[in-house]
Amino acid sequence: MKLRNIPVTALIGLALTTFFVIAAVFAPWIAPYSMSETVGEMWASSSATHLMGTDNLGRDLFSRMLFGARTTMMIASLATVVAFTLGSVLGILAAVLGGWVDQLMSRGIDLLMSIPTLIFALVVLSVMPSTITVLILVMGILDSTRVYRLARAVAVDINVQDFVEAARLRGEGRAWIVFREVLPNALSPLVAELGLRFIFAVLFLSSLSFLGLGVQPPEADWGSMVRENRQGIVFGVPAALIPAAAIALLAISVNLVADWILRRTTDLKGGRGG
Amino acid sequence: MADNLLDIHNLKIEATVRPPGEKPRDITIVEDINLSLEKGKVLGLIGESGAGKSTIGLSPAGYGRGGVRITGGEVRVNGRDILQSGARGLRQLRGKEVCYVAQSAAAAFNPAHRLMDQVIETTLEHKLATREEAEARAVALFRTLGLPDPEHFGDRYPHQVSGGQLQRAMTAMALCPQPDLIIFDEPTTALDVTTQIDVLAAIKDAIRETGVGALYITHDLAVVAQIADEIMVLRDGAMVEYGETRQIIESPQQPYTQALVSVRSIQHRQQTPAESPLLSARNITAAYATGLPDVLSDVSIGLSEGQTLAVVGESGSGKSTLARVITGLLPPREGDIEFDGRTLSAALKGRSKEDRRQLQMIYQMADVAMNPRHTVATIIGRPLTFYFGLRGEARRKRVLELLDEIEMGPEFYDRYPAELSGGQKQRVCIARALAAEPKLIICDEVTSALDPLVADGILKLLLRLQQTEKVAYLFITHDLATVKAIADSIAVMYQGRVVRYGTKSEVLTPPFDDYTDLLLSSVPQMKVGWLEEAIDSRRMASQGH
Repeated sequence: MKLRNIPVTALIGLALTTFFVIAAVFAPWIAPYSMSETVGEMWASSSATHLMGTDNLGRDLFSRMLFGARTTMMIASLATVVAFTLGSVLGILAAVLGGWVDQLMSRGIDLLMSIPTLIFALVVLSVMPSTITVLILVMGILDSTRVYRLARAVAVDINVQDFVEAARLRGEGRAWIVFREVLPNALSPLVAELGLRFIFAVLFLSSLSFLGLGVQPPEADWGSMVRENRQGIVFGVPAALIPAAAIALLAISVNLVADWILRRTTDLKGGRGG
Repeated sequence: MADNLLDIHNLKIEATVRPPGEKPRDITIVEDINLSLEKGKVLGLIGESGAGKSTIGLSPAGYGRGGVRITGGEVRVNGRDILQSGARGLRQLRGKEVCYVAQSAAAAFNPAHRLMDQVIETTLEHKLATREEAEARAVALFRTLGLPDPEHFGDRYPHQVSGGQLQRAMTAMALCPQPDLIIFDEPTTALDVTTQIDVLAAIKDAIRETGVGALYITHDLAVVAQIADEIMVLRDGAMVEYGETRQIIESPQQPYTQALVSVRSIQHRQQTPAESPLLSARNITAAYATGLPDVLSDVSIGLSEGQTLAVVGESGSGKSTLARVITGLLPPREGDIEFDGRTLSAALKGRSKEDRRQLQMIYQMADVAMNPRHTVATIIGRPLTFYFGLRGEARRKRVLELLDEIEMGPEFYDRYPAELSGGQKQRVCIARALAAEPKLIICDEVTSALDPLVADGILKLLLRLQQTEKVAYLFITHDLATVKAIADSIAVMYQGRVVRYGTKSEVLTPPFDDYTDLLLSSVPQMKVGWLEEAIDSRRMASQGH
């Protein structure tokens, strides 16, 4: 794999994604101020001391953006991992077992999907304690329904192939069939889906935080930062636009990478590596 | 020279391959091909898959499949070099002067339209005749091709006629615009042997009556010998031998052609069945679901240890269903299966690990019978771990032994199935079955998807393994040549019943029942004039009755 064989769009996506990851990982070392200390006027415009200005309480916006990147990306990735593990294992299991087990699981998932996710999450989060763990679990479980549908659809096709029949004839157990026969062959579309689900998780988390049910102050995340600074827009203060732009940029850059992976792994000739 | 219908000079065809992560590069598919064809003559193009026969065959239509380009030489149709004629010229050529008959007629017809509309479509498109004239032509062709009720045959939809009839309808479609040249691309390969003979005879009659020239592409030398005036043998995109049909069949000059002509010369001495069979299936009746018609009715067979029972029949005869019943994938409605002195549970669930170990299966499509994400080491090694608990070095040693047994070297140990050829894939599947040290292997059409020479190698391997490992084969096939080569006993199946059953010599010795007779007389023989003899003897027989 040589660098120049990667399409330009994917390179841009990769560069931006790496930039965001570095910003998130090294936030405490890069950030000039702490997350919650008031360091100046409220909604000060950008200056040498405050790169992006200050927010509604006079905190340094640049520092908060860095810590926000951390929270946003950590919660989104963990929620994606939960969604993924749960969705793909259950989906493949449903396809392999078939019959009434499949019916029961699939109809249960249908039921869950028929409720708008945002409303469902709002209801659950308003009765549960608003901790990060709960947030991750709620987002993960709701998102896993999408992964489940994809995993099951892919696995149903693989399940009728001769090599799975051969494994059944040999007498292999379910774990071997799910994890060794079906999963490796379902991985390409699932990995591509992983990128997409991560973006949705970022957007979902931002929506929740904007509505006040996501990450709680004084913790910073991009969605809640938009919320805190939204009144500034009326006075011509761009503080709310910066986190909003960051959300959009992250979503686009990860999408570019996901697109490229999808194209690479669904390519007939490049199938195996994915 | 100028009178020739088709002249091809120094044809070179290239394609661009795009390996992932590498720069695209051009590879040569076909090089240095010269041929010519007179009006009314038939040229057979023969070769294994990848020999370039379809690529060459499509060149008179100026067409290259999937990124294939004609990069050199001349292709003259009626004296005009079609490579210079541009898109408009090609459109005029295709369907008017050159027509094409594809391998799968079922995929070439649109299921939503009546046959007549599709048969005359090209003729009308090129304004070669009025609708009435074209329909009259089509009806005449239906009659020539021996289709039932020619006046009304065109009113039917593609799904309302059989596969053989559809293939003949496609020939009518190609002949209707009265082209000068027809390209037949494996037109009978997908058909049952008993249907193939009728279609072949129909195509031959139609070619003779219309005086059209034809390129006949196939991998089956015995078939092309019946229909072609000349034969060109191809291998790896290059010409091996080119000559009169009689010369190619009777005195081939090149070693490769000699190998093709003498393929299926395996001799296997028949063994007599033992007193107590290893496997006996008694009075099996099975259906795919309750309420559906029986696919198998009252089937009884027996197979002795270390011997081969061939189950022969055409598609739909129930032979693969019988395999599914024996493996336990489809529990029968009635009847039972005895194996190695014990009665096997009808359903797979009820069978012990030992039962499963002793009864292995090899599939027709080796491609899909192996997990594409496992290496050869895992594919062969898994049964060793699963049944015998072999691990680490012991397992590795045994896998290498098995690779050696299937005549493949240790360099294949870490390969993935995608890195193997068709024959090698099937060998790995054999090794996987052998790894379980079974008493019985069910072989479901294991050589059908392979080229004749490769299939020959697989059969030889199976016979050798039978002698060293004392394993019995239940060999399911539609190919009688294979049966003659390896079977000890034969069961002929027709419409879910066993119509003839016994040792090979009994089954293949007259007097025959009607179906076995039809089946045996339909297998193309490697000699010129066989088709006429077979058709004549069939007519005489039907007059005699």
